[in-house]
Amino acid sequence: MDETVVMPAEKKHYGGFLRKNLREYAMFLSLLAIMLFFQVKTEGTLMMPLNLTNLLLQNSYIVIMALAMLLVIVAGHIDLSVGSVAGFIGALAAVLMVQYQLPVALAAVLCLLVGALIGAAQGYFVAYHRIPAFIVTLAGMLVFRGLTLTLLDGQSIGPFPEFFQKLSSGFIPEFIEPQGLRLTSLLIGAAVALSLLARGIRHRQAHLRHGMEDEPAPFFWLKMLAITVFILFFSYKLCDYKGLPNVLIIMGALVAVYHFVTNHTTLGRRVYALGGNEKATRLSGIDTRRLAFYTFVNMGVLAALGGLVFAARLNTATPKAGLGFELDVIAACFIGGASASGGVGKVMGAVIGAFIMGVMNNGMSLLGIGIDYQQVIKGLVLLGAVWVDVYYKNK
Amino acid sequence: MEAILEMRDITKEFPGVVALSHVNLNVRAGEIHAIVGENGAGKSTLMKVLSGVYPHDSYRGDIVFDGQVQAFGGIADSERQGIIIIHQELALVPQLSIAENIFLGNEPARCGVIDWAYAHTRTRTLLDRVGLRESPTTPVSELGVGKQQLVEIAKALSKNVRLLILDEPTSSLNETDSDALLDLLLELQRESGVTCILISHKLNEIAKVADRITVIRDGAVIETMDYAEGDISEGRVIQRMVGREMSDRYPRRTPKIGDVVFELRDWRVQHPAHPDRLAIKGVDLAVRKGEIVGIAGLMGAGRTELAMSVFGRAYGKHVGGEVRLHGRAVDVSTVRKAIDHGIAYVTEDRKALGLILHDDIVRNITLPNLDRVSRHTVIDRGREFRAAEDFRAKLKIRSSGATQPVMDLSGGNQQKVVLSKWLFSQPEVLILDEPTRGVDVGAKYEIYTIISQLAAEGKCVLMISSEMPELLGMCDRIYVMNEGRMVGEFTAAQASQENIMGAIVRASGVANYG
Repeated sequence: MDETVVMPAEKKHYGGFLRKNLREYAMFLSLLAIMLFFQVKTEGTLMMPLNLTNLLLQNSYIVIMALAMLLVIVAGHIDLSVGSVAGFIGALAAVLMVQYQLPVALAAVLCLLVGALIGAAQGYFVAYHRIPAFIVTLAGMLVFRGLTLTLLDGQSIGPFPEFFQKLSSGFIPEFIEPQGLRLTSLLIGAAVALSLLARGIRHRQAHLRHGMEDEPAPFFWLKMLAITVFILFFSYKLCDYKGLPNVLIIMGALVAVYHFVTNHTTLGRRVYALGGNEKATRLSGIDTRRLAFYTFVNMGVLAALGGLVFAARLNTATPKAGLGFELDVIAACFIGGASASGGVGKVMGAVIGAFIMGVMNNGMSLLGIGIDYQQVIKGLVLLGAVWVDVYYKNK
Repeated sequence: MEAILEMRDITKEFPGVVALSHVNLNVRAGEIHAIVGENGAGKSTLMKVLSGVYPHDSYRGDIVFDGQVQAFGGIADSERQGIIIIHQELALVPQLSIAENIFLGNEPARCGVIDWAYAHTRTRTLLDRVGLRESPTTPVSELGVGKQQLVEIAKALSKNVRLLILDEPTSSLNETDSDALLDLLLELQRESGVTCILISHKLNEIAKVADRITVIRDGAVIETMDYAEGDISEGRVIQRMVGREMSDRYPRRTPKIGDVVFELRDWRVQHPAHPDRLAIKGVDLAVRKGEIVGIAGLMGAGRTELAMSVFGRAYGKHVGGEVRLHGRAVDVSTVRKAIDHGIAYVTEDRKALGLILHDDIVRNITLPNLDRVSRHTVIDRGREFRAAEDFRAKLKIRSSGATQPVMDLSGGNQQKVVLSKWLFSQPEVLILDEPTRGVDVGAKYEIYTIISQLAAEGKCVLMISSEMPELLGMCDRIYVMNEGRMVGEFTAAQASQENIMGAIVRASGVANYG
């Protein structure tokens, strides 16, 4: 008797939960599906340790910029200037490090500061003068593309000091390496996986203790299992080449910080509120202008960091650096489920979105598909992802 | 009398819910037929079935209009038959002129070229009929809500309306505009024989104009009553609507009033659009501990402006006067400071200014005071959730859970979320702006009860309302505001609709001739 009563309710609960959270699972699953597809199509080349390492390096700056872009989009704005800003900062870094021979650390800090200033300038017009971000950053896009050319005098500048190159092409030092196995990298991977698992369990327990609804147990454990296996598998693969790239550590740390800030802090909550309903947020005692301003400052800093990573990877600053980055970064956020009208979007979504784009770029290149068709396909994927989103929202 | 419309045995189901069950509605030609019911009773669904928003194969039953069974596939079909709905949220394009709005989608054109001369002449005739003296070229954004409502009716007339459906037409109008609108309906009925279905929460207005009244509850017609067959008391209608006897429309309370807590002294605010004009012209006001104080006035009297200017100067530019709490002047120059001093303002427009609609109940409630549930700016989600659950239980917010998005809630429950949000900020002074607008009778009573409890707990309540019975039923003292200044003050014992209106009229006279 009891069972017959409980069963349908339970089932309905699963169904309801799945419907509500379908998007988040679907994102992760589509990334896996796309990887699997290219893995098969490229006859295993995609997941070769060397290629996986490259894939991470190629997408690191997109992911880094997408973190800040997500906040900008959630706050209800957009930033079209990030590609130009990244290029400009790369050029600035080259001038400072190569031409003026400034110490790398000092130059890098200066670059990040300039990034913050650029963000502040754009944020000032958007937040305090209410000029649409689309227009302010469109102007910024032109201005900083032009300034990049001026700064470089139309030439490429390089190579960078070796220490700076390590930012993008270096790998973490291996302390223990029994029989050539990069154990340090592997251990870090395992530690990250374990701490995520522990954190997940702790959160779930806290939720259940407070009587909050949480994922049904099978979903939770399946998700945890998938994440753990995913991380272990990748750190194992990476160890097979040169270990964990430095930039992966930076990226991983940033992802963790932004995930935490958006999900668990008052600051993050206020940005979502701002994008959801600016007037209501202001009337709730939140300084919405300052908040919007700081999302742009933050965007400037991470665009600068992206620019540095890219310049270090190329080992030269070119006038064309950063061209079209804004499109990849914005697309990553929207594929990741952010809403163009603000208030909605997740950091992990944007990260997965960036990797969906990255894997497609990489996979299609491996398959020898021309850059022309690649763009067509990427454009259609972006449209398709958002279309599916809107379709399910309206149902 | 002959029926112009018969809805026979209409049943409409949504997945898992029966929204309408075997509804029969009969509307006679030339009558004004009121439909009342609580929010969620099925009034809107019924009107959507009638107007073809839900096409004819999505429900069961027949719609007979003009003696013929109709199968509407969309709004265009029902409009062709002369069935026109005017929704609560007006569907005018603010940037376009009156004439452009009236003929939108229906332009008098030859080969796509609009005949503006004809459109403007015709608009003038239509505006005459609804008694609106405005030029056809005036942009709609320059009109107040009352006049916009008239433009909607003119638009309906331009389509040769035979059955006009008005959904809560007076919910955002003041008394004068409401009266004018109701008079217009009577005139249209008399002179053009327009049949009208009037959906409303305001029973006094219905009693004034309706020939018959149909009560809907839980998706079914409870009763249709005819005003010609005797007096229909409000009590009887309410009892049918809520399904229970409601002897009191306002909770009984014995006020325990203490010392003055909240004061405004010579509060003056510049008009944001006209810097040479004052929007608030030196207001003095005091609220005591445990007291419910009302502010009556016509729309545009400056009541919302006053409240918003006090609440962190969210309106206009403050040019003089002070806010005092417990006899000391306090700084309320930002919303944050106002909140920190224990002032809360529940906005009049909950959707635009009060709530983040796609967010859930929890997130909406904790927004003004996140620090209370966080530590070193890290939010304790468990504590936050429990706080929201407490309010959900205490204020009887009906929802599937605290994590349900507020856009799925009914108006009354949304209003309770807004109230919870401001109670969560632990205010000492609560300014409530139209706290029961768009809320049905049952939920209204619950909100009144909450307000009474707050006063009993010793909070100061300042209540702005355009519904005079509500002010008279709830307040210990009522200020009357007109054109940016206080023009009267009455204790509960002295106050009546007549002397409040009297104070407004006298003040307007002084302003105009003095």
